[in-house]
Amino acid sequence: MNLDKRLLRQAEAARFDLLLTVGLGLLAGVMLVLQALCLSRIVSSVFLGRATLSGVMPLLVTLLGLALVRAGLSWGSEAAAHRAAGQVKSQLRERLSAHLLALGPAYARGERTGELTNTATEGIEALDAYVRQYLPQLALAALIPAAILVFVFPLDPLSGVILLITAPLIPFFMSLIGNLADALTRKQWTLLSRMSAHFLDVLQGLTTLKLLGRSRDQVDVIARTSDSFRRVTMGVLRVAFLSALVLEMLATISTAVVAVQIGLRLLYGYLDFEQAFFVLLLAPEFYLPLRMLGTRFHAGMSGVAAAQRIFEVLETPVKPAPQAREVDAALRAPLRRALQDGVVFTDVHYAYEDGRRPALAGLNLQLQPGLRTALVGPSGAGKSTVAHLLLRFLEPDQGSITAGGIPLDQVPAAEWRAQIAWVPQNPYLFHTTVLENLRLARPEASRDQIVRASQQAHAHSFIQELPQGYDTVIGERGGRLSGGEAQRVALARAFLKDAPMLILDEATANLDPQHESLIQESIERLLRGRTALIIAHRLGTVTTADQIVVMRAGRVAESGTHASLMRQNGVYQQLVMAYQW
Amino acid sequence: MAMQRPHHPMERIGAVRNSTGHRLGPSVEVVRPADSAGGLAVFLRLLRLAAPFWRGIALATIAGFATVASSVGLMTTSAYIIAKAALRPSIAELQVAIVGVRFFGIARGLFRYLERNLSHDVNFRLLARLRVWFYRALEPLAPARLMQYRSGDLLSRIVADIETLEDLYVRVLAPPLVAVLVGGSMWFFMGALAPALAITLLVALALTGVALPILARRMGRPAGQGMVRVRSELTAAMVDGVQGVADLLAFGYGSRHQERIKELGRQLAGLQQRMGWITGLQGALSGLLMNLATIAVLVVAIPGVRSAELDGIVLAVLVLAVISSFEAVLPLPAAFQHLDSSLTAGRRLFEIVDAEPAVRSGRGPVAVPDRDSGPSLRVQNLTFRYTQEQPLALAGLDFALAAGGRLAVVGPTGAGKSTLVNLLLRFWDYEQGRVEVDGREIRDYCEEELRSIIGVVSQHTHLFNATVRENLLMARPEAGEEDIMRAAEQARLHQFVLSLPEGYDTWVGEQGLRLSAGERQRLAIARTMIKDAPILVLDEATANLDAVTEQEVMQELLALMHGRTTLIVTHRLVGLEAVDEILVLRAGRVAERGRHHELMQLRGLYCQMWELQSQALS
Repeated sequence: MNLDKRLLRQAEAARFDLLLTVGLGLLAGVMLVLQALCLSRIVSSVFLGRATLSGVMPLLVTLLGLALVRAGLSWGSEAAAHRAAGQVKSQLRERLSAHLLALGPAYARGERTGELTNTATEGIEALDAYVRQYLPQLALAALIPAAILVFVFPLDPLSGVILLITAPLIPFFMSLIGNLADALTRKQWTLLSRMSAHFLDVLQGLTTLKLLGRSRDQVDVIARTSDSFRRVTMGVLRVAFLSALVLEMLATISTAVVAVQIGLRLLYGYLDFEQAFFVLLLAPEFYLPLRMLGTRFHAGMSGVAAAQRIFEVLETPVKPAPQAREVDAALRAPLRRALQDGVVFTDVHYAYEDGRRPALAGLNLQLQPGLRTALVGPSGAGKSTVAHLLLRFLEPDQGSITAGGIPLDQVPAAEWRAQIAWVPQNPYLFHTTVLENLRLARPEASRDQIVRASQQAHAHSFIQELPQGYDTVIGERGGRLSGGEAQRVALARAFLKDAPMLILDEATANLDPQHESLIQESIERLLRGRTALIIAHRLGTVTTADQIVVMRAGRVAESGTHASLMRQNGVYQQLVMAYQW
Repeated sequence: MAMQRPHHPMERIGAVRNSTGHRLGPSVEVVRPADSAGGLAVFLRLLRLAAPFWRGIALATIAGFATVASSVGLMTTSAYIIAKAALRPSIAELQVAIVGVRFFGIARGLFRYLERNLSHDVNFRLLARLRVWFYRALEPLAPARLMQYRSGDLLSRIVADIETLEDLYVRVLAPPLVAVLVGGSMWFFMGALAPALAITLLVALALTGVALPILARRMGRPAGQGMVRVRSELTAAMVDGVQGVADLLAFGYGSRHQERIKELGRQLAGLQQRMGWITGLQGALSGLLMNLATIAVLVVAIPGVRSAELDGIVLAVLVLAVISSFEAVLPLPAAFQHLDSSLTAGRRLFEIVDAEPAVRSGRGPVAVPDRDSGPSLRVQNLTFRYTQEQPLALAGLDFALAAGGRLAVVGPTGAGKSTLVNLLLRFWDYEQGRVEVDGREIRDYCEEELRSIIGVVSQHTHLFNATVRENLLMARPEAGEEDIMRAAEQARLHQFVLSLPEGYDTWVGEQGLRLSAGERQRLAIARTMIKDAPILVLDEATANLDAVTEQEVMQELLALMHGRTTLIVTHRLVGLEAVDEILVLRAGRVAERGRHHELMQLRGLYCQMWELQSQALS
């Protein structure tokens, strides 16, 4: 139960520490038995043998020694468990992060990012208790009772039999009732998260509620839903708790049975007091590891649930892309030269969601070296897909993309991307300083170069106004920049990167009019002499392009210059006319 | 809710929860070191919140005590039986004890069951009370004082904080209460035999239950703080890796990013390892203390047995009494940790709740607004800044809008447009100038009355996770089926709703996400139509729509404007030809004003904005 093979394989890496955890735990269990031996001898010799304190002193000292050793062993066991968990988590985290990178932006987009992030952070942490507590406990729940039995059997076979018979009942009932109770608690859990969601919904909609004059009524609604939730839930829980009741009872009643049984045999002289007391001391300890397993069951469950999601991500196949290949330094020079011949898309097909959602259907496109190509068309026409293919975030399902005759898939992706500067519509700012965010584009850039690039992108002035200037931490968790500001940072990155090829994806969409015209000039400068692909929504940017490619439904509908397209009475002309009202 | 984490009934319901993940497993790792300053005050306030449930708390505590007492009873009676039996008395002398053992054996499970039921009942009652309490306190603060909490993240954190506090009783209060009761009983039990025994045991219990956790907490503090820091950095890095993957790849930063993850992971593992040593030490020392207590009790008792001051039978009983009574103190270290996280959660909630409302409501009755044309609206020299440090958001704004007239306020982001709406709706209070509705200053209106005569269609309209009908009825619960249909038809929503699987009873999903942006906005328009208020505020009402949908929605909005005094706030210059006056704001001041064609002739900011916009190609 609760064993995920993939997770176990991952835990193999921490095998040594896990074995250490179990081994030390088992030894601590043996110490426990020896302590019981010692204790029963002491009590027995004082009680029946009339021994003095000094007479039992050696035994007391032994008991102390055993206690110290046992403390040391359990300390070591716990520490080893922590180390095992740390190792497994680190490795899995690294694997997950590497795989997410390999899967690229097509996988982690849209609404899924929140859930993915959660998996990558909380999900990994949920494995902690699984590795640290559940897995070792699984072994110890079998080993410690077995060790106790090894000592009990020779001394008192009958008690040994009772223990042996009752022990399997615990896991048996646990799974029997567990399944029923589990379904119930799961239901209860759904109820609970629904109620949390309702509360969150009300909090998020508070302003709207106020506008509608309904905010005060919600007090009653919240009180009512919470209360009915309580009543329903308690009904469910009363049943669910029965399983705990049965488990608890099994252990205590078995202990009681053992106690009465040895008491009676003692009474009739079939057993010595010392042995009887020894068995009594061990009876609760015998059931303890099994009960512990019950309480750690939850850690196991949530660990497995988390692991399932993590492995789902890890098992998502990466589209075959030879980016793993070693970067061939010899390729660098030919690549630069190849780019001087432009890039050609030949009959490129691409579909998302394993072919269910086609985006490109036989695209032919030529990016002339040193010239700018504007891509226009309604949303969903495949413009962004073209950019992503060019960036090698995606690989064509069919057809080829070549640069100077070299097929792109024969070039390491990282090496190819080094030739491209990309300004996306919603650039991502990393959780670090502005300076580092800019330096991303060229790690060896000096501060001066970075400032100069920012000035060119008209980002310098607002960066200087930030609390710590270029050293202000921004990104998701730091202060946020407005959409327009983020875009100017992205532009500055492009200036800094100084790559032979440029992709602008609605690079000025979020800018205010005053900035827009200023930045147009710097973009002009940036574009000069570079091969550029511009995904544009504004006529101003488009008209100056050397080539305009109008896309519709995944292919090129028409192409040419602004003037020639306007003469054609085609899609482009309609697009332009539609917005001239 | 992203990740389902089902759990086993053995566990407390509280332990699992929720994908927002503020509640981690019961390990020491969540030491959020609550600085002790003010800790007591926060704790007392928390206690006051739990106070109404003292009866339930008392019962649950008693049941919890009875559970531990039963196992002490079971073990000591068992010891008594075998010790007595060793002396070979007649079986009759053992009868009572045998019944006792059976009783305790059964009672423990029953008491545990009772305790779980009682304590969970308290939990859920407390949760309900906390929610109501918090909502009641929050309601007057919205939205002004909640601006900083606008992101969904922080709100879900609030929800998680409340859920942390829900466990205040079970995880924080109950363990020490039970421990004190058990300790007290042991005091009497052992004290009856020999005072020295009682003292020995209590010292050991106190060391294990109080001194050890405090020591461990102190030792773990540096590592705990380090872990909080590294973990949040690691989370940030993982977020970067998920959301910023395109940028990482484009700049060839993948391997560097991977290095960073590796390095942070290594740091975290190191800190967790250090924490593991401390937790492990604490666990080991608790066990050791229990053994030391056993040995000490033996050392004290053995001479007594020798001198016949103590019955020999007692010796076996004492050993098991000591061992089994430790069950009461073992949950205390966890209680200390939960105390920390409860205090942190409590402090955060109190901080929010203690804020002064931004607006004090007037009490005056509202003049009956003129239904045919709507009331007039007049703004004079309106000046406002959000905080002293910030620049003026509005600087001397003036305009008059006649009853039934239309005025548009346009301008780039940050020009002060939304501020005007916020002031008009009395989400904030202005200090200078006047805002009059129907000739009466809005401060004189009772807040609710004022909002009841203003209908708002905004960019951020919240749709509730309920049915289409329920969302529409929010505007006017007493509206009839006909009103709903009529409004839906006017908003051109009716046909769409009919096409849904369950018509008006279709669930719209969390934040209405099952609807498209255009559909959501139409629903918001229909809602405002149902509200039927004489003043209409359109706050970026078409901002999230694509151009074609925008055109369509604009038509519905025009229908809505009919017969109402309308204020349009927008940065999209669409459909403004039909507006009586346009104010162009820049940095809180009116830069240009006039009708559309006048402003176009002026060739200023408005014209610039218009030209840029009309170049859009899709």
